[in-house]
Amino acid sequence: MFQYQFDWSVVLTGQYAQWLVDGIRVTIQLSMASIALSFLMGLIIAVMRMSQVAPIRGVAHGYLEFIRNTPLLVQFFFWYFGSYQILPQAVNDWLNARDFEFAAAVIALTIYTSAFIAEDIRSGIRSIPKEQMEAARSSGFSYIRSMQYIILPQAVRLTIPPLISQFLNLTKNSSLAMTIGVAELTYQARQVESYTFRGFEAFTAATLVYLFMSLVITGLVTLYDRKVLSPTGMK
Amino acid sequence: MDSWFGFQVIWDNMAHFLVGRYPSGPIGGLALTIWLAVVSCALSIVIGIFVGLLCVSNNRFITYPVLVVVNCIRGIPLLMVIFWMYFLLPAFMGMVVPESWTVIAALTIFTSAYMSQIVQAGIEGIPRGQTEAGLSTGLSRNRVMVFIVLPQAVRNMIPSFVNQLVSLIKDTSLAFIVGVAELTHVATQVNNRTMVYPAQIFLFIAIIYFILCFMLTSYSRYLEQKLAYRKAI
Repeated sequence: MFQYQFDWSVVLTGQYAQWLVDGIRVTIQLSMASIALSFLMGLIIAVMRMSQVAPIRGVAHGYLEFIRNTPLLVQFFFWYFGSYQILPQAVNDWLNARDFEFAAAVIALTIYTSAFIAEDIRSGIRSIPKEQMEAARSSGFSYIRSMQYIILPQAVRLTIPPLISQFLNLTKNSSLAMTIGVAELTYQARQVESYTFRGFEAFTAATLVYLFMSLVITGLVTLYDRKVLSPTGMK
Repeated sequence: MDSWFGFQVIWDNMAHFLVGRYPSGPIGGLALTIWLAVVSCALSIVIGIFVGLLCVSNNRFITYPVLVVVNCIRGIPLLMVIFWMYFLLPAFMGMVVPESWTVIAALTIFTSAYMSQIVQAGIEGIPRGQTEAGLSTGLSRNRVMVFIVLPQAVRNMIPSFVNQLVSLIKDTSLAFIVGVAELTHVATQVNNRTMVYPAQIFLFIAIIYFILCFMLTSYSRYLEQKLAYRKAI
């Protein structure tokens, strides 16, 4: 095919291996922070989306449609370049004193993913037949208690697989943070490539790491579907 | 410059956003975004149908390797696929490949993996009775698939294809990374040149993407409703 001498020692030992390991660490930190925040925010949006008050529902709906139909990369740039116009001065100073790129990436990933999570949560709750709610109410549970004891325990079980695949998407999407200079895995692979001209080795290593994360998580979701959801007859 | 909170900047660069440096230079901006998305979509529908058919084959020696490849592609970020194409395509082709074709190749490979899953689900969604009836009228397995199952399945898949086109339009923004002058890239150029109004510029192109994608999303919902109605009668 082509003459290329592979040299795996470049990415497996020494300084460049250390860069890649640092990249994995930053990818995991970035993903974990965004997963926690986007789950919280997704929950809030989902509740707003199901509110009885039309304006609240409308705001949530508009938010969902706008965020879901806009590229993540544009949202990264919006928060990264535009934050000094949008966020209060005090917040910007505080962020600049720390890791501004990382914060912008977390904001963008959180806002983007929360829109997808909110829809997953909502469809999880809606998939519980409304007779369940009626039965709970007629046996004397209040609305909140029916949600707490009857609807949510069933809905959560159904929502876990789509939520986890959203978290997986988030982890893959975190690679876009390299465009604003966050030193995560893809960024480091590119650094190694430009320092050593060992692009194949560096990108193979990074690809394998992403693949490993994805396949393990996808495998766990399949197992969950088979062992937990199927026996209950919910799926 | 200070009028309209900086939106004057956008008005001044409108032509740049829409068509790039065309007609004095290569086409870019929104026009290039649409071109990249439409070409990749068409290619990945064709490849997706082909790979989807391989996935529903009865031969395990075909389905297992194909499924492994599809799941591997789905398991890595699109950005990685773009970098791979950026390195591999020139090495394989033995010549310089224009960046826009690097991106089209990456988008096509990435989206084909998702398309093949749609096709697989679509084919499995057609009742078995259709296949059995076809076989019992004397058609071969391949002919049953091509003339009876696939036409019905493809009609059910169209809304999902439209949704993939929406994802593709959003994903073309990643062409920025290899320097293709599509909408996002043009926006960063304008931003680097003017420096003072990043929020307005990126909000503006977000709105352009939104209008484009929202129209398509709504269309796909309309198609889904029509399909559900037809299935109900």
